[in-house]
Amino acid sequence: MRIELQKRANTSVLFSILSPLLALALTLIAGAIMFGLLGKSPLNSLYIYFVEPLLDVWSLHELAIKAAPLILIAVGLSVCFRSNNWNIGAEGQFTIGAITGSILPVLNPEWHSPLILPLMLVMGMIGGALYAGIPALLKTRFNTNEILTSLMLVYIAQLFLDWLVRGPWRDPQGYNFPQTKSFQPEAVLPEILDSGRAHLGIVFALIAALALWFMMRFMLKGFQVSVLGQSERAGRFAGFSATKMVWFSMLLSGALAGLAGISEVSGSIGHVQPVISPGYGFTAIIVAFLGRLNPLGIIASGFVLALTYLGGEAAQLSLGISDKVSRVFQGLILFFVLSCDTLIHYRIRLIFNPSSAQEGKS
Amino acid sequence: MFEAILLTVITASTPLVIAALGELVTERSGVLNLGVEGMMIMGAVAAFATAQLTGSAYLGILGGIVGGGIFSLLFGFLTLTLVANQVATGLALTILGLGLSGQIGEAFVGMPGVRLQPIVIPLLSDIPFFGRVLFSQDLIFYMSVALVFGISWFLFKSRAGLKMRAIGDSHGSAHALGINVVRTRYLAVLFGGACAGLAGAQLSLVYTPQWVENMTAGRGWIALALVVFASWRPLRVLAGGYLFGAVGIGQLHAQLLAQSGGIAIPSQLLSALPYVATIVVLIIISHNRRTTLINTPASLGKPFVPDR
Repeated sequence: MRIELQKRANTSVLFSILSPLLALALTLIAGAIMFGLLGKSPLNSLYIYFVEPLLDVWSLHELAIKAAPLILIAVGLSVCFRSNNWNIGAEGQFTIGAITGSILPVLNPEWHSPLILPLMLVMGMIGGALYAGIPALLKTRFNTNEILTSLMLVYIAQLFLDWLVRGPWRDPQGYNFPQTKSFQPEAVLPEILDSGRAHLGIVFALIAALALWFMMRFMLKGFQVSVLGQSERAGRFAGFSATKMVWFSMLLSGALAGLAGISEVSGSIGHVQPVISPGYGFTAIIVAFLGRLNPLGIIASGFVLALTYLGGEAAQLSLGISDKVSRVFQGLILFFVLSCDTLIHYRIRLIFNPSSAQEGKS
Repeated sequence: MFEAILLTVITASTPLVIAALGELVTERSGVLNLGVEGMMIMGAVAAFATAQLTGSAYLGILGGIVGGGIFSLLFGFLTLTLVANQVATGLALTILGLGLSGQIGEAFVGMPGVRLQPIVIPLLSDIPFFGRVLFSQDLIFYMSVALVFGISWFLFKSRAGLKMRAIGDSHGSAHALGINVVRTRYLAVLFGGACAGLAGAQLSLVYTPQWVENMTAGRGWIALALVVFASWRPLRVLAGGYLFGAVGIGQLHAQLLAQSGGIAIPSQLLSALPYVATIVVLIIISHNRRTTLINTPASLGKPFVPDR
C-alpha cells in the first residue's frame, strides 16, 4: 500500500475548518489509548482530563489565566510564522519581559502610584521586543539562523532570571526563598470579575488577537506579511522589504511575549521567582498552528491548550498520573494538526497495488 | 590532571558529535529535522530503560538507537509522505519527545543506572600521553570516530552518497534522473534519528548513568548549530563538537576553581557560556552570505511532492 498526494486546484475550505477539529478528535483517540496503556479507564480519564475542569467557576478562571499568555504569545508568533520568520524563543522573550516589567515594583516597593502598572506593562513589552531584536539583528545583519539563536537565548534568559532572584533581587526578609518581595497592590494586575482570580491578561490577549486579525485581514501590513512569507521574491517585486519584515515580526512577537510575561508575574504570581512559566512560550507554538495561524482561530486554540494544562493537574490529583501527560497531549495535538493540514492542500489517495497506480497516471 | 580533563571533554563532546553527524546526513539529503532534541531524549530514555530491564548496557545502546530511529520515522511520515512543514514538525517532535520521555522515565527516576564499561585496547592504550585517553574508551566513543570517517567516505566517495547529495541540492533534478527521492530521504531521516538516539544513549549510560528528566538540556539544539558550524562536513563536526564540549567542561572547571578560590562568579553566568558560545560561533560562520549559500544543501527544508 502506498499513500499518494494529489495537489488540489484550490485549497479546500471544508478542510481548513475541519482539520483542527479532526486533529483534536485524533488526539482524544490517541489519549484514550494512552490512558488505557497506563491502566486507567480511558473514558473516565478523558472526562477528568478534558471535561471536569470546565465544570466549576474556579477552574474557568484558571483556564482564562492560562489561556491569556498562550493567546498573547501565539498571535505574535502567527505573524512571524506567516512571514516565514521562525521565532521559537518566545519563552525567553516572555522571561525577559517579566524581568524588565518587574524592575519598578522590585526596586521601588514603596511607590504607590496608579502610574506604576501601565509603566510596568510598557517596560515588559519593550524588554520582550528588545530581546527578540537580538535574533532579528543577527538575522538581518549577519545572516544568522533565527531558529537557533532565538532558542539559545531562552536558556540564557532563564539563567539570568535565576541569577537575579537568587542574587540581587532576593527578598532579604524572604526566609532565604529565592524570590523577590511581593509586589505592592498598585503593581498587581487587577482581576476582571469578583468570582475568581482571572486578571486583565486575558483581556489584553483578546484585544491583541482582534487587532492582529484586523491587521492581517484589512491592512497593507498584513498583506505584506502574507506575500513575503509565501514568496520573498514576489514581495521584493512589490517593493516590500524582507529585512523590515524580519524586524517588524520579531519585535511584534517579542513585545507580545513580554507583555504576557509581565502580565503573568504581576497578575497571577505577584512576585518574581526562578520559574515563572510552565513552557508557555513553546506551547504557544502549538496554539499558533492549531489556530491555523489565524488570530481568531488562536483564541479558540489558546483555550484548548490551556485546558491541557488544567487537565494535567486534574489527572495528577484524581488519577495519580504525572502531569507530564499534558506535554504528551500537547505534542500529539501539534502532530495531528500538521498531518491534517495536508488535507487542505492535497487529496490523499491510498494505492493498494501497482496496477491502480498506473491508472492514476493516465 | 590534564588527562582527567581530556577524558571529561571527550565524554561531553561525544554525544554532540554523534547527534550532529546524524543530522548532517539528514540535512545533506535536503531534510531539516529540528527534532534532534526530542529524538535524543527518546534515545536516552529508551537506552536507560533497556539497560535497566536487561541489565546490559550494550542492549541499552541498541535500545537507544532503535528508540531514536523509530521516533524519527514519525517525522519522516509527516514531512515526506504528508509533506507537512519541516520546521513545525521538527518542533512537534521535540515537544512530544520531551513529554513522552518524561512519562516513560517516571518509573526510572532515582534508580542507579547501568554504566557502560570502557573497552581497553591492548598495546595502543600503552602509548604515552594520549594512549590511555583515546584507547580505553567506551564503545560509543569508538562508534563516534568510526561514524565520522564512515560518513565522510559515504558522502564523498560512494555512489549512494553522491546520489544523496544530488537530492539535497536539487530534488527535482534527482527525481528526473530516476533517483527515488522519498525513499532516500526516509533512510536519511532514519539514520539521523538512530544517531540522535545513540547520542542520547551515551548521555544516560556514560555521561550521567541515571535518568533525569530533560537531561539533554539543549544538546540537541547545539548539535543542530554544530551542523551549520561545520558547513555540512563530517570532519569539521568532529572538530566543532570537541570545541563545544571543551567550552562546556571549561565552564564546569571554572566554576569549581572560582568556588575554591573564593571568587564570586555567578554560576549562572558560566552555565550560560555554551549557549552564548553557540550564538557567537553561528554569527562568525554565517556572516558571509556567499559561503553559506554555497555550503547549504540547496533544497534544505523545501517540500517535495513527486509528480507522476
